[in-house]
Amino acid sequence: MTQESVWTAITKTENIPLREGRAVTVGGVEVAIFNVNGRFLTIENACPHKGGPLCDGIVSGTTVVCPLHGQRFDLETGAPVLAAQPTCLATFPTRVENGIVLVDLEHVNRIEN
Amino acid sequence: MKQQLVVVGNGMAGVSCVEQILKQSHDFEITIFGDETHVNYNRIMLSLVLAGEKTADDIVLNDLNWYQNNGIRTRLGIKIAAIDRERRHVIDELGGVTEYDKLILATGSSAFIPPIPGVEKKNVHVFRTLDDTRALLDKSRSGLKTVVIGGGLLGLEAARGLQVRGCDVTVVHLMDKLMDRQLDATGGEYLRRKIESLGIRVMLPKQTAAVFGNGHVDGLRFANGEEIEADLVVIAAGIRPNAELAKHAGIKVSRGIVVNDHMETSDPSIFAVGECTEHRGQVFGLVAPLFEQGRVLAETITGVRTKTFAGASQAAKLKIMGVDIFSAGSIDDTEPGIDIVRYEDPSLGVYKKILLKDNRLHGVILVGDTEDEHTYTDWLRNGTDLTELRRQVLFPPRDADPGLEVAAMPDSETICGCNGVSKGTIVQAIHEHGITGLTQLKRLTRASTSCGSCTGLCEKLLRAVTPDFQEETRTTLCNCLPFSYEKLRDIIRGQKLKSVEEVLAVYGNRKGCEVCKPALSYMLDMLWCGDHEEDRSARFINDRVHANIQKDGTFSVIPRMRGGVTSAAELRKIADVADKYNVPMVKVTGSQRIDLLGIKKADLPRVWADLGMISGQAYTKGVRMVKTCVGTEFCRFGVQDSTNAGIELERRLENLFTPHKYKMGVVGCPRNCAEATVKDLGLIGNEGSWQVVVGGAAGKSVRKADLLITVETTEQALEASDLFFQYYRENANYLERTYDFVERFGIEKIRKETVYASDELKSGILDRLARSKAISKDPWLERDAPANPTQFVQIQPMEAPTK
Repeated sequence: MTQESVWTAITKTENIPLREGRAVTVGGVEVAIFNVNGRFLTIENACPHKGGPLCDGIVSGTTVVCPLHGQRFDLETGAPVLAAQPTCLATFPTRVENGIVLVDLEHVNRIEN
Repeated sequence: MKQQLVVVGNGMAGVSCVEQILKQSHDFEITIFGDETHVNYNRIMLSLVLAGEKTADDIVLNDLNWYQNNGIRTRLGIKIAAIDRERRHVIDELGGVTEYDKLILATGSSAFIPPIPGVEKKNVHVFRTLDDTRALLDKSRSGLKTVVIGGGLLGLEAARGLQVRGCDVTVVHLMDKLMDRQLDATGGEYLRRKIESLGIRVMLPKQTAAVFGNGHVDGLRFANGEEIEADLVVIAAGIRPNAELAKHAGIKVSRGIVVNDHMETSDPSIFAVGECTEHRGQVFGLVAPLFEQGRVLAETITGVRTKTFAGASQAAKLKIMGVDIFSAGSIDDTEPGIDIVRYEDPSLGVYKKILLKDNRLHGVILVGDTEDEHTYTDWLRNGTDLTELRRQVLFPPRDADPGLEVAAMPDSETICGCNGVSKGTIVQAIHEHGITGLTQLKRLTRASTSCGSCTGLCEKLLRAVTPDFQEETRTTLCNCLPFSYEKLRDIIRGQKLKSVEEVLAVYGNRKGCEVCKPALSYMLDMLWCGDHEEDRSARFINDRVHANIQKDGTFSVIPRMRGGVTSAAELRKIADVADKYNVPMVKVTGSQRIDLLGIKKADLPRVWADLGMISGQAYTKGVRMVKTCVGTEFCRFGVQDSTNAGIELERRLENLFTPHKYKMGVVGCPRNCAEATVKDLGLIGNEGSWQVVVGGAAGKSVRKADLLITVETTEQALEASDLFFQYYRENANYLERTYDFVERFGIEKIRKETVYASDELKSGILDRLARSKAISKDPWLERDAPANPTQFVQIQPMEAPTK
C-alpha cells in the first residue's frame, strides 16, 4: 500500500543556484538539496565516510563529490560511485511548485547495501 | 629508354608504392593521376582535421616538391575514363591519352551510400576525402543537430570530430553494437558507454528507412517508424572498392580488382594496390596491409619478386582521444578450438578479451587499456607459442631488455606505417638532434604522429638508443575532457570559450568533475584576464565562500598581513572577533599570519566585516603571502629593506589566482631568516643587489630555489618577480607547483622567456598581468554583495513538516 505524499515547502528555487547544493534541517533531518540543471534532488547531507557536508561538493552530472575526501554519490539514488565507503545515502522525493522546492521527508528511499 | 609507368590514384597506397619503386629503380618515367586536387595526404587523419587537432597542411604526406624532385608527372583533379588494354594507354575524362608500359591501379574506395530514399537531399554528406572534411567543417556549428549513420571506426571518429566542433551528435548504427566488425557484445557495450560519456548519443540497432525534408534534410525515419530530427547527416556506412574502371576494361573483378600474391591482375601489364584490390577473397580498409601491398608490388614491378603478399591480419585502432580501442586478428569466438581469456573492470571501463588457438594468439580485443597492443601485434604476426605465458596473456610481461626487440629489427624496417618512417631514420634523427623524448621525436621525424599505434615502439627505440631518455607522463586533465593542458588553453583561446559549461559542452562530456571544473575555472580566469563568466558551481567550496573548509565543515579565516607585518590595532580587532564568535582556535601560521579556526559558514561575512581586513586567500590556489624578515629597518645585519619590498611584492600580486598556491619570501641578507630559498619565489638581499630565486619548496617536496636573475634595484627585482609570476600562470598545468614547473621547463628556458626575453615579449607578459590585476578584487567584499542569496546564509525551511 502506498502512503500519500507529505510535501514540506523548503525554499524558493532561486535560493539554490545552478549545479550547487544547499543544506537545510527539516524536522531534525539535515538534507542537502541540489539544483541539477533545473532539476532538484535531495539527499542526506552527511557523507558516510567522515561526515563531510555534501551540500558544499562539486556537482558532476547527477553525482556530487564530497569536499573533504572526494567520495562520490549519485544524487538520484544515494548510491556511492567509486567511493571507498560502500554505504548508500537516503534520498527524498523532491518537486517544484510555483517556484518553491518541496521535499517529502516521509518517503525516504535508501538502496539496501 | 625508360619504361612508362602510369599510376591511377594519388592516395596513400599508390604513392607509397611509388616511393618504394623509386628506392629500388630509376628505370621508370612515372605519371600519377589523381581525381582529387590535393597532393597525397594522410587519409587516416581526416578525423583529426575534422576535430581541429590538425590542419589540412599537417596531414600532407608528399608535397609538390616531392613529386617534382622525383621527376613524377602529376595530373591532379583528372579522372581516368577508360583503359585501352590493346593499345596500352589510358584515356582521361578530357580525352587525353597517356601510354603505359606498366599500369598501376590504385583507385582506392568510395563511401558506400546505402539505398535509402532521400540520401540525395542537401546536407547529407559522406566523410571520405579532404573535400568532404572541408564541407563538414563549413556546415558544423554549435548546437547543429547532427546524425552520423554508421557506428564503425570512421563513423565514431566523424561523430567525435563534429561534436568537438559543437554539434549535437547522435550516432545511429544498423547493428546492435558499435564497431561490430572489431568488437564482441561486451566490448561494444563498453565502447557505447564511453562514447555516451563523451556526450554523443548512441542509438542501436537502428535501420534508417528514409531521409526526410523539403530539399534539405530535416530528419531520419527508422524502419520501426521512429523519427529523429537532423540538420546534418553524415553517412559512414562502410566503403566499396573502386573497381569500375578495371571492370570496364575487362580485368577480372569480383568485389575488388582481383590480384595474386604479387599484386598482379589478370592483365600482365596491369597491377593493383590498395583498397581497390581483392586478394584471396579479402578486401582491405586499413592502412597497414596496403603499405605491405605497396612493398610487394614495388618488387614485382622492378623485377625483384622476392616478396609476396600473404594477406594481412586486420588490426584496428580507434583514433578518439581518451577512448582506447584496439582489435586485431579474428574475433570470432564460435570457431572450434578457440580458448577465450577475459578480463573486465566496469568501473575503470577496461575490457580485454584474448582468443587463443593451439596456444597461439588468434585474436584480441582491448577496450580502455591498449598499452600492450604491440605485444599482441607481435604475437599475432610471429605466431608466438604462448604455452609458457598462458598465465600472463592478459597482462603480458614487459620486456626486461627493451633493446632486444629493437636490436633485432633491420634499419630498413618501417616503424611508423602511416608516415613511412623507418628504424634507420629514427635512429639517425636521435643521434643528429639529440632527441630525448617522444614529443621531440614526433616533431623531428613525424613518426607516431598519425594513428599513434607505433608510439610504444618509438618509445622502445628511444629507450634503447638514447642515453638520457625521458619518459613523458600523460598530462591529460581527466576523462571528461581528454586533452592536454596546452591543447585546452589553445581551444579556449582559439574558440573564444568563456565559461566552464561551454568548454564542457563543446569539448567534453557535458558533466565535468571535481578535477576538470576547478582547472577550467582557473584557465578561463587566466586566459581572459578575469574578463569572463565565472561559474561558482565549478569551483571548490573554498573558492565559493572564500575560506578554507575544515574537517567538521566549519571554516578557517586568515586575513592578509602583508609581509607578516601587523599592528596593535589589527591584533585587537582579531582578538575581539575571536571573543565575539567564540573562535575555538587562534593560531599563528607558518606564513607569519594569524588563523581563526572553526568559523561557521553563516558567520563568515560578519567576521570579515568585524575584522575590517582583506582576505589572505589562504584557502585557494592563488597568491598566499610574502614572508619577510625585518631587514634594514631594524636588523643590524640587514643590507636591503626586505620588509617594505615584501609588502610591495604582496600588494602587486595579491588577489590573483595561480595554478597552485604561490608563496613568497623576501630576506634582507643572505642569512635568509624568512627562508626565501624554499619559496615559489624569493628575493634575497645582498649589498647593492637582489637575487631573484624561483621554484623552491619546503612542503611535501623540499627543493632549493633556482636563481632566476640578480638585479641591482628593488624595482628590477619586483619586475623580474612579476615576469616569472605571470609566466608560471600562463604555462604551468593546473595543480603544478613552481618546483615541478621549473624542473619541467628548465630554468634556462624560463630565463630566456622571461627576464632575458625581448622587451616586446616582456611587456606582453606584464600587460596581461596588469589586466588581470586591474580586474581582481578582495573576495571578502562579497560580504556586502554576495554572489547569490544563499552564498553564506543557512536556508530555513518555509514550514515545519506535517506529520
